[in-house]
Amino acid sequence: MSRDVKGTYRAQSRREEDVKGTYKAQSAAAGAARDTSAETPSARKRRGPTTRMVPVPSQSIVPERDADKNPILECRHLGIDFGGLRAVDDFNLMIGRTEIAGLIGPNGAGKTTVFNLLTKVYAPTRGTILLDGVDTAGMDTPKVSQAGIARTFQNIRLFDSLSVEDNVRIGLHNQIPCGMWSGMLRLPRHWVSEKEFHDKALELLDVFGMAGNADDIAGSLPYGAQRRLEIVRALATDPKLLLLDEPAAGMNPSETAELMDNIVRIRDTFDIAVLLIEHDMDLVMGICEGIAVLNFGKIIAKGTPAEIQSNPQVIEAYLGKQE
Amino acid sequence: MGKLKNLNAATRSNLITYGMVIVLFVVMQSLAAAKAISSSTAGLLVPITAYICLAISLNLVVGISGELSLGHAGFMSVGAFTGVIVASMLAEAIPVGWARLLVSMLVGGVFAGLAGFLVGVPVMRLHGDYLAIVTLAFGEIIKNLLNNLYAGFDGSGLHLSMTNAQALGMDGGKIVINGPQGAVGITKLSNFAMGFLLVLFTLFVVLNLVNSRTGRAIMAVRDNRIAAESVGINTTKYRLIAFVVSAALAGMAGALYAQNFSSIVPKKFDFNTSILILVFVVLGGMGNIRGGIIAAIVLTILPEKLRFIGDFRMLMYAIVLIAVMLVTNNRTIQSKIADLRERLRRRGDDQAALAVDAEGGVVDE
Amino acid sequence: MGFLTNLINGVSLGSVYAIIALGYTMVYGIAKMLNFAHGDVIMVGGYICFVCMNNLGLPVAVAILLSIVGCTCLGMVVERAAYKPLREAPSLAVLITAIGVSYFLQNSALLIWGADPKVFKSVVDLPSLKFFEGQLVVGPINIVTALTCVLIMVSLTLFTSRTKMGKAMRACSEDKGAAQLMGINVNTTISMVFAIGSGLAAIAGVLLCSTYPTLMPTTGSLPGIKAFTAAVIGGIGSIPGAALGGVLLGIIEIFAKAYIGTQLADAIVFGVLIVMLLIRPAGLLGKEIHEKV
Repeated sequence: MSRDVKGTYRAQSRREEDVKGTYKAQSAAAGAARDTSAETPSARKRRGPTTRMVPVPSQSIVPERDADKNPILECRHLGIDFGGLRAVDDFNLMIGRTEIAGLIGPNGAGKTTVFNLLTKVYAPTRGTILLDGVDTAGMDTPKVSQAGIARTFQNIRLFDSLSVEDNVRIGLHNQIPCGMWSGMLRLPRHWVSEKEFHDKALELLDVFGMAGNADDIAGSLPYGAQRRLEIVRALATDPKLLLLDEPAAGMNPSETAELMDNIVRIRDTFDIAVLLIEHDMDLVMGICEGIAVLNFGKIIAKGTPAEIQSNPQVIEAYLGKQE
Repeated sequence: MGKLKNLNAATRSNLITYGMVIVLFVVMQSLAAAKAISSSTAGLLVPITAYICLAISLNLVVGISGELSLGHAGFMSVGAFTGVIVASMLAEAIPVGWARLLVSMLVGGVFAGLAGFLVGVPVMRLHGDYLAIVTLAFGEIIKNLLNNLYAGFDGSGLHLSMTNAQALGMDGGKIVINGPQGAVGITKLSNFAMGFLLVLFTLFVVLNLVNSRTGRAIMAVRDNRIAAESVGINTTKYRLIAFVVSAALAGMAGALYAQNFSSIVPKKFDFNTSILILVFVVLGGMGNIRGGIIAAIVLTILPEKLRFIGDFRMLMYAIVLIAVMLVTNNRTIQSKIADLRERLRRRGDDQAALAVDAEGGVVDE
Repeated sequence: MGFLTNLINGVSLGSVYAIIALGYTMVYGIAKMLNFAHGDVIMVGGYICFVCMNNLGLPVAVAILLSIVGCTCLGMVVERAAYKPLREAPSLAVLITAIGVSYFLQNSALLIWGADPKVFKSVVDLPSLKFFEGQLVVGPINIVTALTCVLIMVSLTLFTSRTKMGKAMRACSEDKGAAQLMGINVNTTISMVFAIGSGLAAIAGVLLCSTYPTLMPTTGSLPGIKAFTAAVIGGIGSIPGAALGGVLLGIIEIFAKAYIGTQLADAIVFGVLIVMLLIRPAGLLGKEIHEKV
C-alpha cells in the first residue's frame, strides 16, 4: 500500500516537472487568452482577476506588478514530520508583496499545517521561511506576528468573553505601547494610549461595518460576524502577510461573494499580501492570482487559476484517478 | 445619575465596587464606634479586610488570568513573616504605628512578589492541572521552610537560621520568628482603617490593571492562548505579571493579617487557607471582583453568627464549591434554572398585569 | 544497616504511593481530570476497615473486602454525582469541583468519626523478619505492601492490554468521540475506571494505615497529593510510570527524612516534582501531547 503511494508520488512529481518545463509558454498563452476568452458561468458571476503572473527565479510565479520587488514570503524546502509521518515535505512557495494567493488541496493534505509552520505554532523540521527577506528561524509565534504575519483560524478562535472592541484592541497590542505601571497607576500615558486604542479599533471595525457592534460580546456574535472580527483582529496587528484559514467556511453564496469583495478591498486598502486556504472553488478561482495545490504534504501544482483548473494532477487529486 | 449612564460599563461597575466598599467601611466603623456590634464581630473586622484583599488578588490569577493557583496562602505567609520582622526591627526608627505598618506591608508585598516571581518563572511553563498542583507544592514548600525559619535581631543586625534558635548566635536582642512556633511577641499594629485602606489600594491596583492594555493581554491569554500568541502577545510574560502582582498583594494582606495578632504560626497559612480564599473567589463568581468581596465578608461573618453549625462550616464550603461549579457549568442544570426563572418572571408579569388591570388600564409614559 | 532499613521503608512507602498513583493515573488518562478527592478515598477506606475490625469485630479479610467494596461504590457515586455533569466543562471547573469533593469527604469523616486520631491495628499479624543478627528488621507489612503493589501493577497491565474492558479504556483515553462511534459506552467505561481506582485506593488506605497506624480525616490528603506527584513524575497515564514514580518518591521521602530532616522532607518531595516538570514535562515514561490548532 505504502509503496503504491510512493510510486504515484514519484510519477506525480515527474509530471510536475513537465508542467514546469512548458510553463512559460502556457502562461503567456493563458495571459493573452484570458482577457478576451469566452466566460464560463462561474466567471461571469464573478470576473476573475486579470493579473498577469510572471515566473521568478525560484520556480514560482508572482503578479507582474510585484516581480521586481522582494517577495513578501519565500518558503524553501519547508517540511515537518510528526513521528514517522511527513506531514509537509519540500514545500517551496513565493508570494508577491500584494498578491492574493490560494493554497488548496483535499482534506488532510497539510494546508493548515503549513499555516502552523509559517506562524511557528509548530517548529519546522526542515527548511527556511523568509518573511520579507528575513529568516524567521528562532522566532516564536508572538515574534512572527510582530514580524508581520497575521492569521485567522479554521475553527474560530476569538477572545469569546471580551467585547468586540477589546478583541481588536488586543490585536493592536503591539502597535500602541503602554507599560504595566502606566496602566496600573493610571499615568497620563495610559489615557493617551487608551484613546488611541479606541480610535484605531473603531476605524478598523469600520472596514467591515462592525463599529456598531463594538460593545457586543465577541462570543455572542453570529457566525459570519465572528469570522469577520477575526480578520479585523488579524489586520490590527499591522501585518505584511495575512493568512486566512477557510474564511468562507459555513457561509452562504451571498456572504461568500461579499467576503470576496472584502478580501480584495483589504489587499488594496492595506497594501498587503493574502494567502488563503479555501475549499470554495468559486472564491479561490475568483480572487486568487496564484494558486498552489497541496496533496499528501507536497505541492503538486502551482499556477494561475486557469492553469490549475485544467491541470490533470489536480483533477486526479480531487476526484481520484479516472480509469 | 445621567452622567453615570454615559460612562462605559466597566467604569460604572468599578465605581459601584469602590462605593460599596466605602459605604461598608463607614457603616461598620460607625457601628463599632457606637459599640453596636459584639466584640467578637469587631475582632473579625481586620481579618475580613485581609480576606477581601486576598480574594481580590487571587481573583486576578483565577478569574482574570484563568489559572488555578492553590498556594495563595504561601505568598500571604511570606508577606506576614517579612512584615513582622520589618515592623519589629523598625520599632525604634519609626515610632508611629500606622507608618510602621505601612512600611512593613510594603516590604512584605515586595518579598511576596519576589517569591511569586521565583515560583512563577518555572510554574508559568505549565498549564491547567499541572500548574495547580505545582502551586500547591510551592505553598507546602514555603510553609515547610517557614516552619524551619528562626529569625532574631540584636545590636549587630538581623540573624537568620534554618536549624534552631541557638544557631542564630544572638547577642542578647530579640527572637522574632521561632521555627514552628512562628512569629511571637508581635506588636498589634493593624486596625480596621488600615485594612480598609489596603482594600482600596488592592482594588485600585487590580481594577486598573484589568482595564488596561496589560489586563486585556492577560484576559486574551485566558480566553484563547493560541489566538493571543497569534496576535503577538507573549503569553508567559502576561501570565507571570498576573501571578506576581497577585502574590505581592497577598503578601501585603498577610502583613496586615499577622500584625492583628500577638503571635502567628506558619501552619495558619496552609492548604486549607488557600482553599478558603479560593472558595471566596469561586462563590463570588470567578473574575467578579465585587462578588469575591461580598463572599469574603459573608463567609467570614456567617459562621461566627451561626455558631451552632460549627463543625458543619467546612462541609458547607465544600458543598458550596461543588454546587456553584455544577450550577455554572452544567448545561442541563443551567437550562432548568433559566426555565424556572422564566416561569417566575412570567408569573410576576401576570401579577403586574393584573395589578395594572385593577388600576384601570395601562398609562402611556 | 541504616541505609538498608531506610531503603526498605522507602520501597514500602513508595509501594503505597504507587498503588494510589495507579488510581490517579488511570483516572487522569481516561477522564482527563485530576481527581483531587482520590486521596480522601484512601482515608475513607482506612476508616471502613477500622470500623469493621474494631467496632463490628469482623475478621481482617472481610474488613478489607468491605473496605474495597465501600470505596468502589463511593468512587462511582462521586463520579456520577459530581464529575459526570461536568464532562463538557472547562478543566478549571472540574478541578475546583474535585477539591470540593475532597473537602466534602474530609469533613464528613470529621463529623462521623471525630478529629481524634484512631490507632489502626495492622492487618498483617506476623512476626518481623530479622537479618544480620537482628540489626536489620523487616516488618511483615513492608513485604506485603511491596508484593501487593507488584501484583496490582501486573494485573492492571494485563487487564488493560488483554481484556475487552481494558481495551475500551485505552480507546477512551485516546479519543472519546471515536471510541463512542466504535460502540464503546464511554460513560460506563469512565465509571468503571473510577471504580477500579477507588478500589485500589481502599487497598492503599489499609496498607498505609497498617504501616503508619494513625488514622485521621486528613490522613489521605497529603499521601494523595504525593501520589499524584508520583504519577506526574512517572508520566501521567502510564501504568509502569506510576509504579516507578511512586517507588522513587517513597525512597526519596524516607531518605530525605533520614538524612536531611523531617521538616524539610515534604519540601524536597515537591521540589523533585517541580524539577521533573521543568526538565521533562511528560514524566519519565510518559509521551508528550501536542495541542491541536
